[in-house]
Amino acid sequence: MTSRRRQRFAVLAGLALGLAPLLVAGQERAIAPSDLRSGREFVSPETQAQQDDLTVNPGMLWVEQGEKLWREAAGEAGQSCAACHGEPSRLKGVAARYPVYDAKLGRLLNLEGRIQHCRAERQKADPLAYESQPLLALTALVAHQSRGLPMSVAVDGPAQPFFETGRALYHERQGQLDLSCTQCHDESWGKRLRAERISQGHANGFPIYRLEWQTLGSLHRRLRACFQGVRAEPPASGAPELLALELYLAWRAHGLPIETPAVRR
Amino acid sequence: MRRGLEGMSRRTLLAGTVGILVLPLIGDRALATPDSMAEAMDEVLGKGARIKPGRVKIELPELAENGNSVPLKLSVESPMTAADHVKALYVFSERNPVSNVVRFHLGPRSGAARVQTSIRLAATQRITAVARMSDGSLWSGTADVIVTQAACLDET
Amino acid sequence: MPATRIVAPAKARKGEVIEIKTLINHPQETGFRRDNVGRAIPRDIITRFTCTYAGEEVFRMDLFTGVAANPFVAFTTIATETGDLVFEWTDQHGTVTREQARIVVT
Repeated sequence: MTSRRRQRFAVLAGLALGLAPLLVAGQERAIAPSDLRSGREFVSPETQAQQDDLTVNPGMLWVEQGEKLWREAAGEAGQSCAACHGEPSRLKGVAARYPVYDAKLGRLLNLEGRIQHCRAERQKADPLAYESQPLLALTALVAHQSRGLPMSVAVDGPAQPFFETGRALYHERQGQLDLSCTQCHDESWGKRLRAERISQGHANGFPIYRLEWQTLGSLHRRLRACFQGVRAEPPASGAPELLALELYLAWRAHGLPIETPAVRR
Repeated sequence: MRRGLEGMSRRTLLAGTVGILVLPLIGDRALATPDSMAEAMDEVLGKGARIKPGRVKIELPELAENGNSVPLKLSVESPMTAADHVKALYVFSERNPVSNVVRFHLGPRSGAARVQTSIRLAATQRITAVARMSDGSLWSGTADVIVTQAACLDET
Repeated sequence: MPATRIVAPAKARKGEVIEIKTLINHPQETGFRRDNVGRAIPRDIITRFTCTYAGEEVFRMDLFTGVAANPFVAFTTIATETGDLVFEWTDQHGTVTREQARIVVT
């Protein structure tokens, strides 16, 4: 092979590898990769500034709390997270590939689920509930370590059935308003709903400081709010449907940088 | 005629779906009126106090992302010396259930008259900031903010 | 004790105007909201925040219900001497949350 042909082959191979996650399961993306926009692009400049400046970002209250909890001994063995994991910075990159299929447990785990599992099984400590301050703080801490890194989840192999479930749910009409996620977030992003512009519905900044909540909250809380928005019964936080949806959303957001803790309206 | 909105930007006028609605955060408590704000100002600044417009720079977004939390920046040009400084900054609302929003007490050790916080806005309104100087004089600045209701209900 | 966050320089030159930013995790509950069965949620707010520098108060803030939840403030002070910056948040019940940070001034 001539060196130029080798070069061209390398470029094409690189492109194919880079695009592979985008073409998995023969799924065509509703939004072209070049049109992907984080939720950050749909909030005001003031809100963007509040997110970008970590010295004013209110979500950092939880990240700092997470740092304290990380070093606190917990449970029967009196082990802290630090005892096994070292510094939080060692978890850089982890959040970018979540949710994951855990072969030993035989199920899909998001970051909250992983932390809950570690807490219950390794530390043998009291379980942490969704939206509890400790779980929010630890989730925010871990996800924050991946801030700036592109989202990149695996949806092939054992994760594939969950991906399919999530995709189906995303396209299913729900509630009294009989709307599916895709109708707003794929077909109508950028258009106005009352005074707000509809975002693409990506989950790259969670847990987020939501101004409407006046506190930090999880993705599952936000998804439940979406179900309420279309007047549908929301699944419980941590439910398999929401986990599957989370995986699908992570795939949809492939390449978008993690922004945790994001600030949203 | 709502005063203060004549200077609204064209962008806002073209937004079309801008609604001027009351947020659930105030429950059943009546909104304040410019009269109750005037009362609050009398109480804090002294009845019949002479307030001159100027010197106080107040930065608020034209359109609030969410009335629960709106970033506010205040600054006053002042040497901040012992002889000439800003002693206090008072922020008043004409439509929140409570007219007094926040107060800042500064002095020669401040170095500059510059503060930032986040406030709640119950409805579209004008916010007034008054600076009390070390010589006793009072100066004011205002900003108009449009506040709309969230597009989707969130009862989580 | 509510979580707090203080952003203040650890070092400064004498006479330099430094910026200090603080956050406290607090709902700043207005008393005007109702829960999902219609009961009024009682007012619970921080009413005062002070910053004391080497024993002297250099900044004070009076907070009312109109300050957003998780109260944030950014303010300035002159770096005069090496010492402790003491921050105190007082709520309507008189409960005080206290944090401090050391600044070295050269």
